[in-house]
Amino acid sequence: MVAGIGAITAQGRRGLRINEVMVANASSSVVDDFGQYSAWVELFNSTFGPLEISSVYLTNDSTNPTLYPVPLGDVNTEIPTRQHILFWADGEPNKGTFHMNFRLTPGQDNYIAIYDADGKSLIDEVIVPASLLPGQSYARKADGIGGTGNPEDWEVRDGSDSKYITPSSNNIIKSTNSKVDMFAAQDENGFGMAVMAMAIVFSALLVLALCFNIINMIGARASQRRKAKALEDHSIPAKKVEHDSGEVIAAISMALKDHLEAHDKENTVLTINKVRRSYSPWSSKIYSLRELPKR
Amino acid sequence: MTFSDFILQNLQEFWHLTGFYNATWEHLVMLAVGLFFIWLAIKKNFEPMLLVPIGFGILIGNIPFNTTAGLEIGIYEEGSVLNILYNGVSAGWYPPLIFLGIGAMTDFSALIANPKLMLIGAAAQFGIFGAYMVALLLGFAPDQAGAIAIIGGADGPTAIFLSSKLAPNLMGAIAVSAYSYMALVPVIQPPLMRLFTTKNERLIKMKPARAVSQNEKIIFPIVGMILTCFVVPSGIPLLGMLFFGNLLRECGVTNRLAKTASNALTDIVTILLGMTVGASTQASEFLTSETIRIFLLGFMAFVIASSSGVLFVKLFNLVLPAGKKINPLIGNAGVSAVPMSARISNNLGLEYDPSNYLLMHAMGPNVAGVIGSAVAAGVLLGFLA
Repeated sequence: MVAGIGAITAQGRRGLRINEVMVANASSSVVDDFGQYSAWVELFNSTFGPLEISSVYLTNDSTNPTLYPVPLGDVNTEIPTRQHILFWADGEPNKGTFHMNFRLTPGQDNYIAIYDADGKSLIDEVIVPASLLPGQSYARKADGIGGTGNPEDWEVRDGSDSKYITPSSNNIIKSTNSKVDMFAAQDENGFGMAVMAMAIVFSALLVLALCFNIINMIGARASQRRKAKALEDHSIPAKKVEHDSGEVIAAISMALKDHLEAHDKENTVLTINKVRRSYSPWSSKIYSLRELPKR
Repeated sequence: MTFSDFILQNLQEFWHLTGFYNATWEHLVMLAVGLFFIWLAIKKNFEPMLLVPIGFGILIGNIPFNTTAGLEIGIYEEGSVLNILYNGVSAGWYPPLIFLGIGAMTDFSALIANPKLMLIGAAAQFGIFGAYMVALLLGFAPDQAGAIAIIGGADGPTAIFLSSKLAPNLMGAIAVSAYSYMALVPVIQPPLMRLFTTKNERLIKMKPARAVSQNEKIIFPIVGMILTCFVVPSGIPLLGMLFFGNLLRECGVTNRLAKTASNALTDIVTILLGMTVGASTQASEFLTSETIRIFLLGFMAFVIASSSGVLFVKLFNLVLPAGKKINPLIGNAGVSAVPMSARISNNLGLEYDPSNYLLMHAMGPNVAGVIGSAVAAGVLLGFLA
């Protein structure tokens, strides 16, 4: 159970993650719409649904969580399922939604955090180490994987073949389904799958069967108790019911009639008159289209 | 351009749009397949509620037309009416709705009264994993093999749900194969049941099931959902809806909802599901060697599932005390073709002893099979998706 709680993944805005950061953007890396090589912060939607991030806050100051509010009213602030969005840390918010009002400083630790719209609830944070060189990025080892602010989930990427820099793209590029590949490699004849899956199916139904055996037993005991109680109740002689005499009932009825003016004959009289209508095949049920054929 | 040229050109263009111009032999074969399904349903009464929509869907999906004209009429053309209706299949939300209806229709009393019958429903799922092994041998990738193997669960909605997730390109063939073999259950199962049982075993009489209280019936879907979904969360769409439908039925205060779920809603979704699955079997996608292999594997999965259910009961009887033995003729009902396979158990039982009614006993493993196949689908989805 503890392991299960530790593995909980967030849904909704809590699933927003800082995924990759470049503090000193070298001329070989990505350029913004204005041709500038600014520092950037990549956010990743780790949920399995689109995520609207307007009104969340981005900051590089732990004492000022509401430094840069992501503006409202921009359709581009919705991150598709398991996709990315890139913010420029150029201190020029007038350039657009994705240009933040703060800069990152090379050569020192840079704190970056995302806060929810209330400005208090921390969604994710990271400290980018001062040792990061120009042109290097600090990235999660796998997209959106890992806890908040845990350095073990991060690595420095220098743009080499094994440590490629991926602004607005997956940190790990997958061309195949790793689970399927693993089964194809390790379980060629399917025996492992058969054993594991049958064990799970049997366990699920066995647990259900055992559970209902217990419920059966409890039910049987409860039923026996009810039966015994009913027998006990029947063993007590019932109190003799004294019936009212006919005179008393007649007197009560007369009193009620006088009081309520109750009457036997109803006010409304139902009259049945024969209604004549001229015959037309158009209204005949015989020709109705709703009639279904019978086999 | 003269007026006659104008008329001629337009008529010629129209001719190029017609089915007659665009027809290929593959289309004609598929149209014949559709007609065969409709014939099976109407004349032979094989699963007519499913085979009529599927058969007619095959006809709709295989009317030849000019696919380059951008008419937005084909099932695979985004925005077409058929494509919109097909979303329930491709995104996998029709099958859980069908499961809601199945839950609202199913009486789990037989299972609650005799919970050990659940194990027969589990044993029959070996058909799925046996077929998975054979599918790997035939060269299918593990995810494709899983999608094909689920045919052995004898549960159309489950097969469609899983194949839409694991192997969308094979879904048409898998769905048609699953429903075809479900229709052929009365032909496939009895010989296997006779083969694996002795005359004495077929004559075993089981004690009538005890009466189940309403409280137990209410607890069953709640506990059942929580337990099975805790084990296999990937089965939530199917198991959650199945047990939810059953709670609507049994709680006694939502009769209107239960009635809608088990009648109108199920009927609507069955019509849409059957028709669109049929329409998805376009000749270009369907007439391949893979389809033949899928049909072969589907048959094998059914045989293994039915046999393993019967053989498991025989094995189970070895440890059960005298007087509590189970008639192995109900083993076939571990596949989730409800209630047809239970009826087969009953009919075969009556054939050997006219006073031996097995229907209620067979309904236990039968509904357990529904749960078992949904759990198996969840397991495959969890491992391979």
